[in-house]
Formats: sequence, C-alpha cells, structure tokens
Amino acid sequence: MFGLSDADITALWITVKLASVSTVMLVILATPLAWWLARTRWRGKVMIEALVAMPLVMPPTVIGFYLLVLLGPRGWIGGFLESIGVGHLAFSFTGIVIGSMLFSVPFVVQPLQNAFTSAGGRVLEVAATLRASPMDRFFTVILPLSRRGFLTAGVLSFAHSLGEFGMILMIGGNIPGRTQVASISIYNHVETMNYSAAHSLSLVLVLSSFTLLMAIFALNRRFKVVSVA
Amino acid sequence: MTLQLEFNVDRGDFALDAKLSLPSSGVTALFGRSGSGKTTLLRCIAGLERYPGHLSFQGDIWQSGPGAFVPTHKRPLGYVFQEASLFPHLRVAQNLEYGFKRIPRGQRRIQWDEVIQLLGLEPLLTRYPDEISGGQRQRVSLGRALLTSPRLLLMDEPLASLDAASKDEILPFLERLRDELALPILYVSHSLEEVIRLADHLVLLDDGKVVAQGNLQALLTARELPFVQTETSSTVLDARVVDPESEDGLTELDVGGQPLLITRHAVPAGLSVRVRIMARDVGLALAPPEGISFLNCLRVTLLDSQPGITPSQLLVRLKLGEQIMLSRISRRSANTMRLQPGQTLYALIKGAALS
Repeated sequence: MFGLSDADITALWITVKLASVSTVMLVILATPLAWWLARTRWRGKVMIEALVAMPLVMPPTVIGFYLLVLLGPRGWIGGFLESIGVGHLAFSFTGIVIGSMLFSVPFVVQPLQNAFTSAGGRVLEVAATLRASPMDRFFTVILPLSRRGFLTAGVLSFAHSLGEFGMILMIGGNIPGRTQVASISIYNHVETMNYSAAHSLSLVLVLSSFTLLMAIFALNRRFKVVSVA
Repeated sequence: MTLQLEFNVDRGDFALDAKLSLPSSGVTALFGRSGSGKTTLLRCIAGLERYPGHLSFQGDIWQSGPGAFVPTHKRPLGYVFQEASLFPHLRVAQNLEYGFKRIPRGQRRIQWDEVIQLLGLEPLLTRYPDEISGGQRQRVSLGRALLTSPRLLLMDEPLASLDAASKDEILPFLERLRDELALPILYVSHSLEEVIRLADHLVLLDDGKVVAQGNLQALLTARELPFVQTETSSTVLDARVVDPESEDGLTELDVGGQPLLITRHAVPAGLSVRVRIMARDVGLALAPPEGISFLNCLRVTLLDSQPGITPSQLLVRLKLGEQIMLSRISRRSANTMRLQPGQTLYALIKGAALS
C-alpha cells in the first residue's frame, strides 16, 4: 500500500511505538508533578515552571546533544548504567523514548496543571466533607473532572513525538529497525533523491495524523461539557 | 453545651476571636453582617481552615493545640455550602451516593429512602446537575450531606444564592429537617427572616467578635441589642396548639395560659409551635376593651420602655408569663396612659404568624 518499502513500514512502526510509549509514560510521570504545581503555594514554583517550559524554546538538537552526552557510555547516567552491566542508552530505543519524553514535558504538564487548577477548589472541599480522603478525592473528583486536560496532554505529546527529528537524530542516530523513525526515513529518501518514496511516507504521516486528530476531536465532542459550579 | 470552641484567627485585614459553647440540639444560627466572621467560624469547625484554637464536639476533640487536628473527612459532620457545588460529572443519584457509600452500613442512621422522600428527590435522580434548577440543586446538596448521617450539620447561607421562589421552596424542607431529625444544626445567615423561622439559639457576631448569644426570643427582645431598633422588630412566643380547627377559619393556641387565635393552620393539637409577633402589630390598653376588631387581647405586665426608631415612638417590652414581647407605640399614648413599669396592661395583637 502507498508503495512503502519494508524499511519504511519498520520506520513507521518504530515511530508509533515511540510516540505511544513515551506518551503513556510521560502522562503517568507528569501527573504528580502537575498536581503539585497546581496545589503548591511555594514561591520557588516559578523556577520549576520555567524549567518545565524550557523544551518549548530550546532547539531540539540542544536537548539531543545534552542527552547524548549524559546517556552515552561516558556520561553520568550512561556510564553508571554501563558499570552495573545494563549498557549505555545512546543510539537505543530507550534513549529516544527518554528524549521524546523530555521534549514533550511542557505539552503534558501545562494542560494537566490547568485542568487540576480548575477542577480543584470547592468541589474538593465538598468531597472532604463527604468523607473522601485526599487520595480518594483525587481519583473520584479531580481525575474525572480533568479528562479533557488528559486528552489534550495525550494528543499533544503523541503528535509532537510523531514529528520529532533533530533530537532523535542526535541521541538515537539513524539505525534502521532500532532508532530510525519515519521523519528520519523521509530525510534519507530526500537525501538519495528518492522523491516518490519520500512522498509516500509523508502522505501516510499526514493522513494518519489528520485521522487521529479528527477521531480525538469527535470523541471530545461526545464528552459531557463539564463546568465546575 | 457540647460544641466547645475557641478560635483565634489573624489574617492581617481580618481577625476573628471566638469562644463559644453551643447546644447539641436544635438549630443554632450564627448571625451577622458579611465580613463578621461567621463563615470563617463555620469553616474552622469543619476543619476546612486551620487556625490556632481548640474544638471539641460531644466529648471528641477535633482540634487542640498545634498537634491535634482531625482532618475534615474524618469529622462526622455534614456541610451545605452557599452554592450547591454538586459534582458536575455525576448524576444526582451518584452525587447523593458519594457520601452515602463512604459510610459503613452499620453507621447509617439516616436512610436513603428517608432522605429521598423528605426532600422530594425521586424525580431528579437521573438528571445531571446542569439540568436542574438552583433550588433543586440546593435540595440535592442538602440530601447529599444528610446521607452521610452526620452528627452535626453545618449550613453556610444555603439560601443566599437562591431567588425568592427557590427560597420558599427550600425553607419548608429545612423546617421539616429541624423537626423530624434529631440533628444539631449550625446555620450561618445574614437574613433575620431565615433565622427567625429556623433558629432556636442565636449567636450574634460582629467584626470577628461574639456580641451576644442565647435563646432566640431573649436576643430578639434584649434592650441592648440592635434587633429591637429596626422597623421589623419582633418577638417569637412559644405556644401550644389547643384547637387547630376552631370556628371561623381560625386555629386556637395557648400562650402562657392565655388563648391566641391565628389564621387556620394544619397543625395537630398539642404541638408546640412558635408564633412571631411584630412590635408594630401590638397595641396597648389599660383595660380589656370591648367592641373592637382586634381578635387577640393578652394580659401582660409592662417591663420597661426605651426610645423607638423615630422621636415620636417608644418601644415597650412586655412580660407575658415568663416570655417577653415587644410593642411599638407613640410617645403621646404612653404619656396619656401614664405607663409605668410593673403595670398590668392588655396587649392588642393585630397579626400573628406561625414561625
């Protein structure tokens, strides 16, 4: 279909796997951080918020470069992993997942933080007077009232990971079957003047992204519009 | 006296300094202007805010010193907020279940059907909060709080955000609540009308201080409190129903051994009721008059008098048995009648309403 080669299909598969794994893990890890940011009155909070927003303004290659240095065989993390026999993370799928997650942090933390801020307040107090413990309140009130925030965070992170190029090239390299994602394959096709292959792969990305977004927006419409009274 | 509290709040622009012992039955109203500290006090009692103080309820310590603080979700109380604050993502039934299912079966003293029936919630169960009216929402929030079988019910101006029609819809439910469930209620309000209809006990707050507290009638008629100096000054008398279906569409009550006739009400004989009488609806006579249209004439003793709200008027306090009522008369009449404290008089009552 679309005249894709086996290598292209592998690259697409790695792209989807990367986007899914990093989105799921990031949402899970970012939830406590976003909750804390939404609730804390600590003054140093702005520093954390600025750090969270950093990937928005930094060139992806810079993130990729630092990650390569950190996760590579001589980096703090890579070196440590090497010494305990796990092996360093440069040019590995795990490496690009970590990079992808870091890169999407603001796209997940900010919508969640906003959702938690608006879902908190009075209904939380009500839940407390109805005998719900803090954990109970989080799962029965905050989470359901924040589902739009989760949807937004998930979509943004997924879409963002689908298209990432520079950072992945830095930390992951261009290893077919391991770290070669669709955007890098397209770049390779163009480099070798194989425009028709680049066209096919690009079209697949365009159509699948569009379909995905349509499905999400349709789903979003079906959710009850929730307002906190 | 089983709710003992002492709080010292200092927020810079606002300070609350309250020390109270409140009864553990009936309705106690916390009454005062906006900013007098009544809501803050209620939130401290609920544990929604934490300020230095001490709080115990029926012998259980809820807060003491810097260490002991029972979190809100572990206090056996119900809280009704000014706005209904229903969970928007849950249907009415699920809103009601939220607290109910968190109470162990053996500790449910208030049952599901009882609340649904008391508050008329059956037709609303499958709706979402944004599909019902403000008054209905407040009824649901009241039911939701009751279904946790609280030992103390806190209400923070539950009627304040409602229009007049919704208020009239809820008030009878609150009265039934007071009369049918033996549940102490703390009721925050800045509406004297509501307080008079609902409260047995009154705490008057002003600028973060407790100005006075006591039985409703005692405070309404106290010389030094502002209640006697308003256009709508009134008293509430404790009465007993003698004959609900007296002749001519009337109901006969007994107030301190004397008959009092009011417009017919569907109340059972023998029931204790409260009657509200406005000071402006009470006239005085030296002897029981004849040939006048006033239905009621009660024998009273003049307690004292003080200047009224205009220079031409006097406010007179009268003793009816152990109870006190108010009358507003002109200074001219008081002079011609030569009114003296201790004198026996006849109070002519133009209107009385069950409260």
